Amino acid sequence: MNKEHVLEMINITKEFPGVKALDNVQLKVKKGTVHALMGENGAGKSTLMKILIGIYTPDSGKIIFDGEELKVSAIKNALDKGISMIHQELSPIPNMTVAENIFLGREPSYKFGWVKAKELEEKTRKLFEKLEIDIDPKAKMSELSIANTQMVEIAKAISYNSKLIIMDEPTSAITEKEVHHLFKIIRSLKQEGVSIIYITHKMDELSQITDEVTVLRDGKYIGTKSSDQITKDELIEMMVGRELNQIFHKQQVEIKELALSVQQLSKKGKFENISFEVRKGEIVGIAGLMGSGRTEVLESVFGINPSDSGEIYVHGEKATIRSPRDAIRYGMGLLTEDRKLTGLFLPLSVQDNIITVTIEQYAKGGFLNEKKIREDCQRLSDQLAIKTPSLQQLIKYLSGGNQQKALIARWLLQDPDILFLDEPTRGIDVGAKSEIYNLIFDLAKKGKAIVVVSSELPEILGLSDRIIVMHDGKKTGELSREEATQERIMELATGELVTSGS
Amino acid sequence: MSSQVSIVNKQKKSKSAVSSKERVSRILHKYGMLMILIGLIILMSFLSPTFLTTGNLLNIVRQMSVVGIVAIGVTIVIITTGIDLSSGSVIALVSVVAASFAHPDTYPFFVPILIGLGLGLLTGVINGTIISKAKIAPFIVTLGMMTAARGAALLFSDGRPIGNLSDSFKFIGQGAVFGIPVPIIIFAFVGVISYILLNKTKFGKYVYAIGGNEHAAIIAGVNVDKYKVFVYGYAGLLSGLAGIVLTSRISSGQPTAGVMYELDAIAAAVIGGTSLAGGIGTIGGTIVGALIIGVMNNGLDLLNVSPYWQQILKGVIITVAVFIDSRKNRKS
Ligand SMILES: Nc1ncnc2c1ncn2[C@@H]1O[C@H](COP(=O)(O)OP(=O)(O)OP(=O)(O)O)[C@@H](O)[C@H]1O
Ligand SMILES: [Mg+2]
Repeated sequence: MNKEHVLEMINITKEFPGVKALDNVQLKVKKGTVHALMGENGAGKSTLMKILIGIYTPDSGKIIFDGEELKVSAIKNALDKGISMIHQELSPIPNMTVAENIFLGREPSYKFGWVKAKELEEKTRKLFEKLEIDIDPKAKMSELSIANTQMVEIAKAISYNSKLIIMDEPTSAITEKEVHHLFKIIRSLKQEGVSIIYITHKMDELSQITDEVTVLRDGKYIGTKSSDQITKDELIEMMVGRELNQIFHKQQVEIKELALSVQQLSKKGKFENISFEVRKGEIVGIAGLMGSGRTEVLESVFGINPSDSGEIYVHGEKATIRSPRDAIRYGMGLLTEDRKLTGLFLPLSVQDNIITVTIEQYAKGGFLNEKKIREDCQRLSDQLAIKTPSLQQLIKYLSGGNQQKALIARWLLQDPDILFLDEPTRGIDVGAKSEIYNLIFDLAKKGKAIVVVSSELPEILGLSDRIIVMHDGKKTGELSREEATQERIMELATGELVTSGS
Repeated sequence: MSSQVSIVNKQKKSKSAVSSKERVSRILHKYGMLMILIGLIILMSFLSPTFLTTGNLLNIVRQMSVVGIVAIGVTIVIITTGIDLSSGSVIALVSVVAASFAHPDTYPFFVPILIGLGLGLLTGVINGTIISKAKIAPFIVTLGMMTAARGAALLFSDGRPIGNLSDSFKFIGQGAVFGIPVPIIIFAFVGVISYILLNKTKFGKYVYAIGGNEHAAIIAGVNVDKYKVFVYGYAGLLSGLAGIVLTSRISSGQPTAGVMYELDAIAAAVIGGTSLAGGIGTIGGTIVGALIIGVMNNGLDLLNVSPYWQQILKGVIITVAVFIDSRKNRKS
């Protein structure tokens, strides 16, 4: 028994139908440290954490937490013991307020369960003040952006005053600014002696915030290293079991005629006078902080929330787009930002999730050509290396990164002329990321027009021929590939240049 | 490239590594309710000597066929996260209207059938149109239809049964082909058609997608409004069909027919594994669910259990069955 460890998970094994998710895995976390947990999509990270907080029962293994053996059978127990978790898939209750969401199940109340609304709000306000989060406790969760939803989940996990907080990919949905904010919060938690398990696919976060790292591969324990002693290449080698050619080269593609032209698009309270053009073979990036209106512009062009004014031209002709169906008819596709809310059909199979947009193509006289469906899905699944025991597996059982891959497959199958990608590599591991970048380049080469929204600046910089920067619902600049640098984008994205210039 | 190959290989390996324990639990998972049905049948054949006779078994299925036909339509509705409470009342309305066209030596027998089917379809299309266009909750809309259709049935018939039906019309509910009662043949036919609709056509894929995540379905370009009208229309059509079968079987149009049928139909669907949360459900499951209810009804009758106790027992058994099923689903 080691005193310096707050948590020891030993020889944990867990099997699901068709998948051995964990095979004799161990994880030892020192008190007051940030411990990174890394590995490819489907390596077993989330499963290990769900075992820790009692969502799954392990087939075998032992957990020692804070000096005593842990027999967690329910989440409530884990919380009482002092372990809380920020889940990879956000699950807010949309019709309740921020404050109600945070204190769900432990609302301050009078006898008979009458909730003290004022106190509830006040507690939330205090919590937010301490964490320097600027969100209205009375706001409905459904009104919040995905990044703010993430911040609320973070605040919620912290509000339990736990000894150990698990963060499963907390930065996959937030921009640089909030990432810094989160790191600040993590550092002060560390000072208070709280330990943190931190799951991420972002290499550079390792040296920035973590002390140690444990790597899993294919459900097996590979090793634990000190974060400042391991190089990026060594880490990747541990994760994928071989050296990885991470370099992806932007291929020279002939940029041809105009595919999409958006003019003076406005939507009250969301964005104003947005104009941009995309040509065949071109990749246009849209950068901006959260709430800058990037996603809203895409959603509006795609007909989800049509704009109040402005015009859209597709291949030179004026297009009327009032619904996603219209947009798809004009040859557009949109990979949405929030896979759980607007992308996945959780009760359905991987295959049925991939073919939703394309079913018409497989229907002859009403009947489906199942052989063709299976072949096409298998091809895409191989191409994207989707980790699943079969295409008939329900998608809810796939790991987060693999669900994302299935959604990318859906739009690749549709093969649209104009493709919008909102945070395409959210939750995707390093290896698969370069695969996906290469796929995007291939699409451009085939003459597709592509628009990418991403919070990761290296991603935007690496992919785009041109970058549009937004701030506060307005377009603050447009940079060519040559002009664009991280600093330049950040200036435009924070609106600093605009205010100082005018 | 090599990465993909290696991943594919690993998958193959883990696939074959599934233990036999897992396999058993998966089979149990999939066929749990079927086993309960078989268990019930075995139990009943020990308790009552008359139970396991061809006559009695055919009788069970024949009695369940009306609710079974309704339950198939309701299943599809529930898969889209909807509900249809109007089926029982629509049966009554179709019953009196069809009966009034089915007197001997008036119209050929297919006239009341077509009128009945058309009327059922119409009520369903009205339900579906209001639900999708006015965005009113299915529970409310079909509750409204339930009340209105019952009222219309009473109004049309002046609250009295309509008897004196032609023999050819009565054949639908009372006849048999090669010894198999016609209602059973119709029930089986509806089952097969619906199975094909739900599993082999794009309509089926869209039904599951709408129930799985309506928002995502809209973004994927599914014409959700249109398919909802189809789904409720189909359910209405099947209610109409059930109304005709019932009318023919009891030889009269009854404005009070079909009371509580919608709830039996929903129970059959849910017992058969259809999730009220949407996206999950099968025709086979619902047929098994309907048969479980049928075997229970019949068994309790044979055992001379009083009708009052029967109702209580039925309520308990339905709840327990669904509870067992949900426990099984949650465990992982
Ligand atoms: N409930 C479940 N039923 C069946 N298989 C499951 C279940 N949960 C997870 N799995 C499988 O277990 C493996 C590990 O999944 P897990 O979610 O732990 O991966 P992960 O390391 O978190 O990946 P990611 O980086 O994509 O989030 C995957 O192959 C996944 O498909
Ligand atoms: Mg995960």
